[in-house]
Amino acid sequence: MWGYIVRRLLATIPVVGVVAVFVFLLLHLAPGDPAAVVAGSYAMPKDVERIREKLGLNEPIYIQFGKWISNVVQGDLGDSIFSEMPVTTLIAQRIEPTLSLATTSILIAIVLAVPLGIVAAWKAGTWIDHMVMILAVLGFSIPVFVIGYVLMYGFSIRAQLFPVQGFVSIRQGLIPFLRTITLPSLALGLIYAALIARITRASLLEVLGEDYIRTAHAKGLQPRAVLLRHALKNAAIPIVTIIGVGIAMLIGGVVVTESVFNISGLGRLVVDSVLARDYPVIQGITLMFSGVYLLINLMVDISYTFLDPRIHY
Amino acid sequence: MDGRFDVPTLDQTERETRKRGVVRLKEFGRRHPTVVASAAVLLFLIILTIAAPYLSSDPLDISPRNRLKAPSSEHWFGTDNLGRDIYSRTLHGGRISLTVGLGVGVLATLIGLVVGLVSGYSRPVDAVMMRIMDGWMAIPEILLAITFVAITSASIQNVILAIAIPEIPRVARLVRSIVLMIREQPYVEAAVSIGTRLPKMLLRHVLPNTVAPLLVQGTYVFASAVITEALLGFIGAGTPPEIPSWGNIMADGRKYFQLAPWIIFIPGTFLTLAVLAVNVLGDGLRDMLDPRLARQM
Repeated sequence: MWGYIVRRLLATIPVVGVVAVFVFLLLHLAPGDPAAVVAGSYAMPKDVERIREKLGLNEPIYIQFGKWISNVVQGDLGDSIFSEMPVTTLIAQRIEPTLSLATTSILIAIVLAVPLGIVAAWKAGTWIDHMVMILAVLGFSIPVFVIGYVLMYGFSIRAQLFPVQGFVSIRQGLIPFLRTITLPSLALGLIYAALIARITRASLLEVLGEDYIRTAHAKGLQPRAVLLRHALKNAAIPIVTIIGVGIAMLIGGVVVTESVFNISGLGRLVVDSVLARDYPVIQGITLMFSGVYLLINLMVDISYTFLDPRIHY
Repeated sequence: MDGRFDVPTLDQTERETRKRGVVRLKEFGRRHPTVVASAAVLLFLIILTIAAPYLSSDPLDISPRNRLKAPSSEHWFGTDNLGRDIYSRTLHGGRISLTVGLGVGVLATLIGLVVGLVSGYSRPVDAVMMRIMDGWMAIPEILLAITFVAITSASIQNVILAIAIPEIPRVARLVRSIVLMIREQPYVEAAVSIGTRLPKMLLRHVLPNTVAPLLVQGTYVFASAVITEALLGFIGAGTPPEIPSWGNIMADGRKYFQLAPWIIFIPGTFLTLAVLAVNVLGDGLRDMLDPRLARQM
């Protein structure tokens, strides 16, 4: 098993390399002068020159990449062009709201979706199953920002149960934190929940058709025990996989949810940076999000060996 | 089950064919109600947006006296902060959304198909290609798209390109997996043994097998593209404000949400309806084209 984990880790290295090249090249793929692109249409020639100097764009591209990557490896993501602060500092300042939002969304999604998926599979073909599936298709189709505004209108503006926008840190108390984080997490978690519910149902249905499930029933086990102990355990791999893959969706959703609910986290930072063409910040955050995605999927892959002892490569 | 073992006379076959048109359509509707219903909704939205100039006034017409008016008989869907008619803007906005959805669907599917075919057929290419695809997929779709739009300019072509680029690896991986599966089939081995050349092999044996899954995948790409386009518009990185799109109409309504929620809810409803119709169509097509999978899902 350890051999597998080591090999899986090694296999991640070229992928990380590809991500780094992509993120680096993104600016250089643009037509025209990257410094002019960063400076925007209203920049004076001397501003363009200053930015070119600052980004080191006068040097050959492979030297630029070499310098950039060696800095990144040492934990230096460069400085913002506008605020002139290190990108790592900017990220550190904004990470808490995003991390809170993502964590609560994942929790809400899993707590809602896995039981719904199990019930739907257990009652396959009944109205309960149909309801869950309709909800899943709906949840998958309503864009995050639309559901965000619907929730805000219903619960904040009409019912006034929650504040309209903003974010309060958990360090300032659990209740204020929950008051501000609930609606954004629901909005963000919905699509994720829809995905998990569908996969849970599908994967359970497949397992429920297996011979050993019939055997378990035949030897007189409680239906509930068969469902939870025998079926769910064997259906876990696709569910865990989708939880990992869905992280990508969640990261995308964070960007929008933060805009809708006026939460100043990393999503807002990246949107502001894109609009201001603050390239080092965009690069830094993109790199970080991609790294998180790879890390989570690496953990998912490794978890297979624990979930299914048959898997050893 | 439909008397396939009787040998019909020529006359019967001909009469059957003529009758079949109408009967077939009814039968199809009965067997695949979701496909028909979602296709109908989608068609209705497409017609509505194509006919937008005939059904509504100029979406850019500013009328300061009619700012933030609630929906009424004069302005069916209300007006925005500049007094522009939301009904007209929403219909016109649909043109951008659906064009981008279709453009991305076609572009990403075609490029993904080529990459997937090549990758599935050449082991050395595959090894390199799949690492590239893995890295490509690790970068969040939305970040890739907004960055691309920000460094180029937000024309419709660039928005299509920006959204298509992150979708390509997903299609390519699907095609690759199909190719790998087909390669092992006995009929492909047979084709190889009688000396079929590679291009003909791909065209005659592999390509037809990718059509059904690609059609399904294409609808999902379409749905995701419509959402991403709206999202780009919503955060201010989409098409310029003088070209209304569902996303940038909603962006205009952000500041006035408490006063005039319709500016966000109306295009939001259309957006949701379009995405829902495409997703349901995709699920329906999947069930229709691959009944084996349908029973599982």
